[in-house]
Amino acid sequence: MHCKRRSLIAAITLSSGLMAGPLYAETLDIGVMGELASFDTSQVSGGVWESQILMDVYEGLLKQNPEGELMPGMATKWEVSEDGETYTFRLREGAKWSDGEPVTAEDFVFGWQHLLDPASASKYAYLLYPIKNAEAVNAGDKPLDALGAESLDGGKTLKVTLESPTPFFLQLLTHYTAYPVPKHAVEKYGDDWVKMDNIVTNGAFKPVEWISQSRISVEKNPEYYDASDVSLDGVNYFTTEDRNAAISRFRAGELDIIRDYPSSRYQWLKDNLPDATHLSPMLGSYYYVLNAREGRPTADARIREALNLVVRRKVLSEQIMAGSFKDAYSLVPPGTSRYEVQRMDGVDGDYQARLAKAKQLIKEAGYGPDNPLNLQLRYNTSDEHKKIAIALAAMWKPLGVNIQMINAEATVHYQTIQQGDFDIARAGWIADYNDAENFLTLLRSGVGNNYGGYSNPEYDKLLDQAANTLDLDKRQQLLQQAENVALDDYALAPLLYYVTRNLVNPSIAGWQDNAEDDHPSRWVTFTE
Amino acid sequence: MLTYTLKRLLQAVPTMLVVITLSFFLMRVAPGGPFDGERQLPPEIEANLKAAYHLDDPLPMQYLRYMGNLLQGDFGPSFKYKDFSVTELIAQGFPVSLEIGGLAILLALLLGLPLGIIAALRRNSAVDYAVMSVALAGIAVPNFVIAPILALVFGVLLAWLPAGGWNGGALPNLVLPVIALSIQQIAYIARMMRASMIEVLGSHYIRTARAKGLSERQVIWRHAIRPALLPVTSYLGPAVAGIITGSVVIEQIFGIPGIGRYFVQGALNRDYTLVMGTVVFYGALIVLMNLLVDLIYSALDPQIRYDD
Repeated sequence: MHCKRRSLIAAITLSSGLMAGPLYAETLDIGVMGELASFDTSQVSGGVWESQILMDVYEGLLKQNPEGELMPGMATKWEVSEDGETYTFRLREGAKWSDGEPVTAEDFVFGWQHLLDPASASKYAYLLYPIKNAEAVNAGDKPLDALGAESLDGGKTLKVTLESPTPFFLQLLTHYTAYPVPKHAVEKYGDDWVKMDNIVTNGAFKPVEWISQSRISVEKNPEYYDASDVSLDGVNYFTTEDRNAAISRFRAGELDIIRDYPSSRYQWLKDNLPDATHLSPMLGSYYYVLNAREGRPTADARIREALNLVVRRKVLSEQIMAGSFKDAYSLVPPGTSRYEVQRMDGVDGDYQARLAKAKQLIKEAGYGPDNPLNLQLRYNTSDEHKKIAIALAAMWKPLGVNIQMINAEATVHYQTIQQGDFDIARAGWIADYNDAENFLTLLRSGVGNNYGGYSNPEYDKLLDQAANTLDLDKRQQLLQQAENVALDDYALAPLLYYVTRNLVNPSIAGWQDNAEDDHPSRWVTFTE
Repeated sequence: MLTYTLKRLLQAVPTMLVVITLSFFLMRVAPGGPFDGERQLPPEIEANLKAAYHLDDPLPMQYLRYMGNLLQGDFGPSFKYKDFSVTELIAQGFPVSLEIGGLAILLALLLGLPLGIIAALRRNSAVDYAVMSVALAGIAVPNFVIAPILALVFGVLLAWLPAGGWNGGALPNLVLPVIALSIQQIAYIARMMRASMIEVLGSHYIRTARAKGLSERQVIWRHAIRPALLPVTSYLGPAVAGIITGSVVIEQIFGIPGIGRYFVQGALNRDYTLVMGTVVFYGALIVLMNLLVDLIYSALDPQIRYDD
């Protein structure tokens, strides 16, 4: 099977698009950039590659189609109360775990309690905090059964009560933190329920083998309610941390899909494997944090504006990053549902005019040849971040700004900037769920991920109002208004929007680019 | 000999203790913790994590707990790879690294030793220059350059061998990583063997052997090679330990599930238990290898005796 595919890909590579003979591939080989932390969804470390594997083996109340849109999953119907605080889900008849046991509302309640149990020490438990008492349960202040999730009708109905109306709650349910956990298996095996011999899952595939740092293999789950509609016999996820090596393996026909190829190879791939090279907008923002804490030069809005004015974002995206990013003028990226992209004022158009204005602002702020502006720029070690940092330092040079660049490995970088010890710092945010609030909360006063310590009561107020607004159009207006407040304050320097970068064997169907970069394998088929 | 071996093993205990203690505290002194990352965690979640891994205990208590578990052969759970214990990770990865590394060392000896001997015997000839230039190139070009080139040429362009993957250790998957891993070793060993061979050939007892009228072949085989092997042997101790504990570069490029990358990933993720596990394992291996080298020494050189 492999040999046939290898020769096919070789043929594609050489003749760029010409098809060879028939191919009988029922197993999909995907190169993912890292190792899964655990099949226990409470223990996952947050890598994008982890969601790829987990969404193939588990299914939440809702699932996604190839375009990333929501559709019924383990729940076939749901109702939302008028106040937006109670959701009632009707569980799918005949939904089963891979050992044939039925999937019930109990498994959801159990799974969520397990995730929020302080003893589980789950890193991403906070994603379920919209559920009533979730935060208190997670802090150990309330018992597990105080959680606002109830199994009714002998497990056929799940009633979820929220803390407050959460318009993105359904989006959240596709995240792995909201997957069910097989209560019967955990009761039988304890912590060992995730071992390959014991594990049961409710998705289109079930795990069968795991060679740490090499490969995870899953095969079609015959108990899956839609099994007859799943084309693949199985999927192998190969840990391919060296992404250039992954490209070689793709070209050799050993892999059908590579997630997140290196941006530096984009031009080459586009020229040489045009049919296989995918690049499309993603829900992610690459930005520089400007430290607004007192005592920092960047606490002065004029300095923040000046720094923003002279950044040539098109140069960054098209020349420095060779088209593998999109230039950004806001925090919330395009593709965010129920949101129109906003735009920072004055940061495009005639460069000379922008430069002149920026110089003026720097002067007004009290800096000049006698009192040069020295700023410390921190970034986490990577070639990409380094290139961008150097380019920006050069762009800020005409303002008389001296940039001192400091790089550190990611752990140290984030620890330092969380403590506020910087003027300018590189940061990025990939959406947890498709909603503008997930980005805008980064600038809320006192929030941990608000590295720059930006604080504007008007901004916070608008976000609070949005959180309590059930009318989705009105909520959208409030969120957009909030972002504009921050953009008018030049609260950060938006630089680039992330894009999804995937190499996909052209003979695959059912694989669509989407802003969340979620690609459930259950839709994938080989066309030849 | 047995007494000597036992004595050496006993001496290793304090050494290991120092290694473990130093690594334990150095790791904790390093800035950044296992749960620091892009996303700052809510305080209650951080508290849960710290409690789950006993990181909220005072450091000396954490140390004692670790030593206690270690004495029972328990390296603890990995902070990052939750479905495996550190012991399981090492047990799964080491045989793979051992296989690749062992083959690479074997290949390096099979090619490096003869090349070095030939170069020494044909000193300053075209053969010598050729061997030494190639060896110098082998040392100079790092394996993170060689490995992708091998994968590209033999995996992609010629399609003779897999460009990566382990595939349960199938022979075709072994070829490229073993070659990539051995090239530098071949070069080192050839150069070392040449130098030591030249030195031996100039010594008095070789002159004596020749004066006795032994044939050149007898001189070389019976009198020159054995002593010339000594420096190579002492090099091999740490080299073998280094190679069979895996190479992070080779493992990443070829997607091999060895333990090499745990050293780097453990450190980068501040996966304390994983780092400690690999350090203890590597330390023990070095001690064993050095002991082995000393024992081989005595077999090679009759002047070296390890009697009591």
